[in-house]
Amino acid sequence: MCSLCGILGCDDHWTNAVARPGVYTRNLDSRARRAETARRLGAANAILSYRRLRLDVWQGRSYVVSSPTGASSVFEALAHLWPEAETLAGRAFDPLDEALIAWMERGRA
Amino acid sequence: MTPVILLSGFLGSGKTTLLQRLLADPAMQGAAVLINEFGEVGLDHHLLDRIDDTVVLLKSGCICCTVRGEVAEALGNLHSLRARGEIAFDRVVIETTGLADPYPVLQTLTAHPVLRSHFRNGGVLITVDAVNAALQVAHRAEAVRQIAAADRIVLTKTDLAEPESVAALRTRLARLNPVARVLSSQDSVADILTGFGPGVAEFAPLAACGAGCSDPTHHHHDHDHSHAHAHHADADGTLGVTSFSLVIEGAIDWTMFGTWLTLLLHRHGDRIFRVKGILALEGEDRPVAIHGVQHLVHAPTHMAHWPEGPRHSRIVFILEDLSPDLIRRSFAAFTGLAAVRTAA
Repeated sequence: MCSLCGILGCDDHWTNAVARPGVYTRNLDSRARRAETARRLGAANAILSYRRLRLDVWQGRSYVVSSPTGASSVFEALAHLWPEAETLAGRAFDPLDEALIAWMERGRA
Repeated sequence: MTPVILLSGFLGSGKTTLLQRLLADPAMQGAAVLINEFGEVGLDHHLLDRIDDTVVLLKSGCICCTVRGEVAEALGNLHSLRARGEIAFDRVVIETTGLADPYPVLQTLTAHPVLRSHFRNGGVLITVDAVNAALQVAHRAEAVRQIAAADRIVLTKTDLAEPESVAALRTRLARLNPVARVLSSQDSVADILTGFGPGVAEFAPLAACGAGCSDPTHHHHDHDHSHAHAHHADADGTLGVTSFSLVIEGAIDWTMFGTWLTLLLHRHGDRIFRVKGILALEGEDRPVAIHGVQHLVHAPTHMAHWPEGPRHSRIVFILEDLSPDLIRRSFAAFTGLAAVRTAA
């Protein structure tokens, strides 16, 4: 159930779509799901590190985003990652922010 | 999954007339219809010859702001009636009011916990009045959002407008929404419906149009195609709305791309009316199509094969007051791909 809106089964983010004919997804079986989750953590943490936040899996089924001060927030739907992270950071993550772009460029250098 | 076609268009642009034509066609005999009207007294449904249990009038007001619950309820009721064998239909057409933003209805289809298992977006069909559209897109955000969300645009009243102004309007529509095919209400229903949908039909011209594009059947058929892809320089006086393409050489990391686009739409989805793309992904031989309207991105689809032409990823954005070059730089920084350019 979505912790923000109370709707059952709402974690159907487009990057993690339920497998059905014609749909591209890596949400195929438990092995593929685990591998994609690991990649997703890596991608998100590359961005979250800009504001010293970190994303982890929580009890195998949810996510937890945490700050270096120990504050954390658990959520179930991937769609809530950025609102939760921004609440924790107290500031926005803007992919068009020059400083964040430079951060990502340095991270890949 | 039953397709739901959203028929929209600005006030007086001929939605109901087109709906009458569509419903008279044998291909649409199995369609259920939801009609939404703004105002106390519903009139449009009286203009349709067919009144039965598969025609539902939504009259609580504008579909995009007040009756999403009613749309969900009406679709749910149609589904229940069909499941009990009391009615039959193979698709649904929702005619919205002229002021409706298509996005919330698409969002309802995608996010509703029950509807999303039974209905899918069957495409957004927009009527555009050839006589009044120039003024509407210059002054009415609703009109621009409708055009940007369209998978197919039907020009109406072309017989009442000068040929030069119709041609200019087609050019303007192609600039506003380069991924929608533009037809005329004088075209046959078969032409209007062939290949219609939010899927991949429009990707062949989208992907194949390189520098040497010469296919006159492409969606930008009656204007200078050499400029059809690069619209970021000319906002065209259309409420600051522009369109452009990112063209990417090299395979894309799906996970980082998804993370980037999710963040971009989270932060700027109010100003990004449309995203549509064909992607070459790491580890995938076949291309993947993505399709989004504002904050909503549909489940990506695996295409059968690449269209002719170079196998470069291409993502079309229709947006307002955002810098194409900044989006290009952001995409390159997040994905680590250097060979990214804007437009054609």
